[in-house]
Amino acid sequence: MTGSVIVAASFLYLAFLFAVAYFGDKRADAGRSLIASPTIYALSLAVYCTTWTYYGSVGRAASSGLGFAPIFLGPTLVVGLWWFVMLKMVRIGKTHRITSIADFIASRYGKSQLLGGLVTVIAVLGVIPYIALQLKAVSTSFTILTHYPAIVMPAKSETVPWLADTTLYIALMMAAFTILFGTRHLDATERHEGMVAAVAFESLVKLVIFVAVGLFVTFGLFDGFGDLFSRVAEDPSLRHLMSMGAGGNSFGSWFALTLLSMLAVMFLPRQFQVAVVENVNENHLRRAIWLFPLYLLLINIFVLPIALGGLIHFAGQGVDADTFVLTLPMASGHGWLALLVFIGGLSAATGMIIVETIALSTMVCNDLVMPVLLRYRWLALQGREDLSGLLLGIRRFAIVLILLLGYLYFRLAGEAHALVSIGLISFAAVAQFAPAMIGGMYWRGATRPGALAGLSGGFAIWLYTLLLPSFAKSGWLPIEFLQGGVLGTELLRPQELFGLQGLDPIAHSLFWSLFVNIGAYICVSLMRRPNAREAGQATLFVDVFKQSRPAGDAFWRGSARIGDLLPLIGRFIGPERARGAFADYARSRGVAEVEALPADAGLVHFAETTLAGAIGSASARVMVASVVQEEPLGLDEVMNILDEASQVRAYSKRLELKSRELEAATGELRSANERLQELDRLKDDFMSSVTHELRTPLTSIRAFSEMLLDDPRIDLTERKRFLGIIVSETERLTRLVNQVLDMAKIESGHADWHNGEVSLVEVIEQAVASTSQLFKDKDVVLTMDLPESVPIMLADRDRLVQVVLNLLSNAVKFVARGAGRVAIRLRETEEGLRVDVSDNGPGLTQQEQIVVFEKFRQGGNTMTDKPQGTGLGLPISRQIVEHYGGRLWVESVAGEGACFSFLLPCGKSTESTEEAG
Amino acid sequence: MTKKILIADDEQNIVISLEFLMKREGFSVCVANDGQEALDKARSEQPDLVLLDVMMPRKNGYEVCQEIRADAALQGMRILMLTAKGRETEVTKGIAMGADAYMTKPFSTKELVAKVKALLDVAA
Repeated sequence: MTGSVIVAASFLYLAFLFAVAYFGDKRADAGRSLIASPTIYALSLAVYCTTWTYYGSVGRAASSGLGFAPIFLGPTLVVGLWWFVMLKMVRIGKTHRITSIADFIASRYGKSQLLGGLVTVIAVLGVIPYIALQLKAVSTSFTILTHYPAIVMPAKSETVPWLADTTLYIALMMAAFTILFGTRHLDATERHEGMVAAVAFESLVKLVIFVAVGLFVTFGLFDGFGDLFSRVAEDPSLRHLMSMGAGGNSFGSWFALTLLSMLAVMFLPRQFQVAVVENVNENHLRRAIWLFPLYLLLINIFVLPIALGGLIHFAGQGVDADTFVLTLPMASGHGWLALLVFIGGLSAATGMIIVETIALSTMVCNDLVMPVLLRYRWLALQGREDLSGLLLGIRRFAIVLILLLGYLYFRLAGEAHALVSIGLISFAAVAQFAPAMIGGMYWRGATRPGALAGLSGGFAIWLYTLLLPSFAKSGWLPIEFLQGGVLGTELLRPQELFGLQGLDPIAHSLFWSLFVNIGAYICVSLMRRPNAREAGQATLFVDVFKQSRPAGDAFWRGSARIGDLLPLIGRFIGPERARGAFADYARSRGVAEVEALPADAGLVHFAETTLAGAIGSASARVMVASVVQEEPLGLDEVMNILDEASQVRAYSKRLELKSRELEAATGELRSANERLQELDRLKDDFMSSVTHELRTPLTSIRAFSEMLLDDPRIDLTERKRFLGIIVSETERLTRLVNQVLDMAKIESGHADWHNGEVSLVEVIEQAVASTSQLFKDKDVVLTMDLPESVPIMLADRDRLVQVVLNLLSNAVKFVARGAGRVAIRLRETEEGLRVDVSDNGPGLTQQEQIVVFEKFRQGGNTMTDKPQGTGLGLPISRQIVEHYGGRLWVESVAGEGACFSFLLPCGKSTESTEEAG
Repeated sequence: MTKKILIADDEQNIVISLEFLMKREGFSVCVANDGQEALDKARSEQPDLVLLDVMMPRKNGYEVCQEIRADAALQGMRILMLTAKGRETEVTKGIAMGADAYMTKPFSTKELVAKVKALLDVAA
């Protein structure tokens, strides 16, 4: 097969790919996006599978059996977390118009240009070996195919003069093609719909061709999987491939490679580009979560069969296992299939190179070159149109440079490693982004110095333990470097750092670089609190789901669309008002629907002035400009405004808090009010009772007075009797008034307590003396049982006399005339001094025993002998006893008399409530 | 024919004064000291009018009033309620229970006599 046929086929394919991209862009311009489909999104993620997968997996499987699997196991495992992590990345990316992974990290840590530059340098240096790998694969497959039908392994590239090296021309062709794809437009928007469409297409192509080769090998050359595997099992030199641990395929490397690919599938610049930057709709993630792993599974099913088939077929012929995919069809004379395989490989390589270099060139332009250029005033003062032209120039230059660097690496180090090993060097480099990325999304405390320290530390270790050794192995550095380390210190051996042995170079480097990276990131971050700038950005990133944002890609397009402007205005003045304002504007323009408004200068001006009414003209200009046209400077200003928005949010949060506090206070007030109303009702009842008690004697007094006044003929006996009643009723009134006042005083704590040394024996004797007349009148016997002496206590003598007096008069009131018996007894108990006043009266029911202590409730239901009390005696007595820390109670069985007792604690602290005195 | 008046009150002194007052006006008088007794006397003595206190033991005035009104044998008996509780709600309640009139304590003896006579349709 001649070179010209292959070149023609290649260009034909690339032209078709370009047509797909062109069509995609046209559709995007027309507003009918070709890639607004979850399937296309998932297929574009398959840019993960490069020539490394296409050719290299087979090579690795041929040397280590299942050792190729972790590279696909990792993404399959990590995809389960995407609904949290990747969704957050996508949301942040959209919200803050993130253009690359460098932009993401720089923005997160306070919009640090230094950090953005560092990430860019790491990404470029880290990914260059990976690009070299693609060039090597295309170049090798091209060379092999030109010799068809003979199978000749290509010569070492060092032997070929630079200018005669096909790889160089492949690199330059790729650069031209990438420039066509990625930087065709004058408006340098971050998104490239045509490119995504082309990538999705090439994903399909490489899958179909690879599966076709797999089927051809498995069922064409052999009789299916069973035949293949049984032949391997019979061959003693191949059998070991079927078990774990083949070819250094230890569990340690399995774990390291799985972890590595988990991180790579998220943080490789091209993966970030297709997954985050090019994402059209967050919901596309849902399908990608199962479709992407399914794609990986499909493309890996035939890796082992092809590898084993190649090993059996080419046993002892010295054919590089990395080329089995191509050489197997060639060896069996299927030239057309071989050409297809080459196209598939080319497809895998172009897909990777286009996306990767576009992502890298965006980073180089936005995070490396522009910050430097922007330091010159002349550039900042230029118009935007000129700026976008300059941007494209820088990106194009960066694309060429990156591909040439890739070619340089290929020339310097490419021969020393198999495809997979080169790819893993790149994986280990981008793994350094993981701490700063993941930490940045979930840890508010992370700071710029922390990220800088972690990234540079990890990167330095990577450089020392992986990149430099790869040069050393290629002979560009003295090989002693590997054995002796720097300055002959064995502890610093690049691949056995600090004596760590037993790991393969990748796992070794990954361990040390991530150890240093994470350690420095956390420790340096903890050294100081985040400053205002970092904290602000941390909040925007960590809390991205809590902020109200315009839906989907509304804020994202580079051109002015009503769908961009309306949500933007709506965010500041409310969706209804914004829609209303736009509807009014549409009517004034004679347009029926808001959506049908032409996106012209008038609309932009209208949007700007509407917005200016809410947030001021300067801010409005920046906000509108940011959706109307790509403007790299705008990002900072947009971010500032978003900061203000987050302050407004915090303010509204405080308002919500205040409102909740108010609600709680209202609740407390309500319950306090209920308590007050209850107290008011009690007071009302009390007043009502007092009124009743006052009116009753007044009724008698008035009635008798009026009768005496009206009727002078009433005889003397009657007259005396009536006047006697009047006198006793006034006495009752006086007593009542005094007791009510007394009660009120005690209850409110304003009573006077004249405390002195008191003997209860004397108190009882005094009370008995005062009531002796009552007993005599009613012919009731009172018996006393008093000890000779009791402890002296500190109390108000008159008050205690009042208590005993009350109990005695109550007792005598209720016992029967003549037959009544009352006994008073004083005893010293452990608790204090106890006084019992017992009688043989009618006694009290259970209910009465409670009621008698309530105010204005008198005992005795048979009113034939209504007691002349006020209903306040017992409540007051109880108050007095309780004032001295004692208690007053009654024990009784209805019909068998009652015994009222009180107990006063004696001792030094007789007065329990000092403030009451 | 002499009208008969039942005085129901648990306050002895008030009973004494009312008894004297009513007798002086020429009515015949019987006395009850609690609610239950008042009801019994109303049935046995068949008075023309009851001077009924509200706050009484065993049965209060409202209950007595209600039972009298519910008793078909006691139709036409006048009820004048007397109470030391003068709140509006209590007056309303008494009227609602079927009392013909309501007076608060302390009352004017002249007014009471006038009201009793008016209720019994006796010339003053």
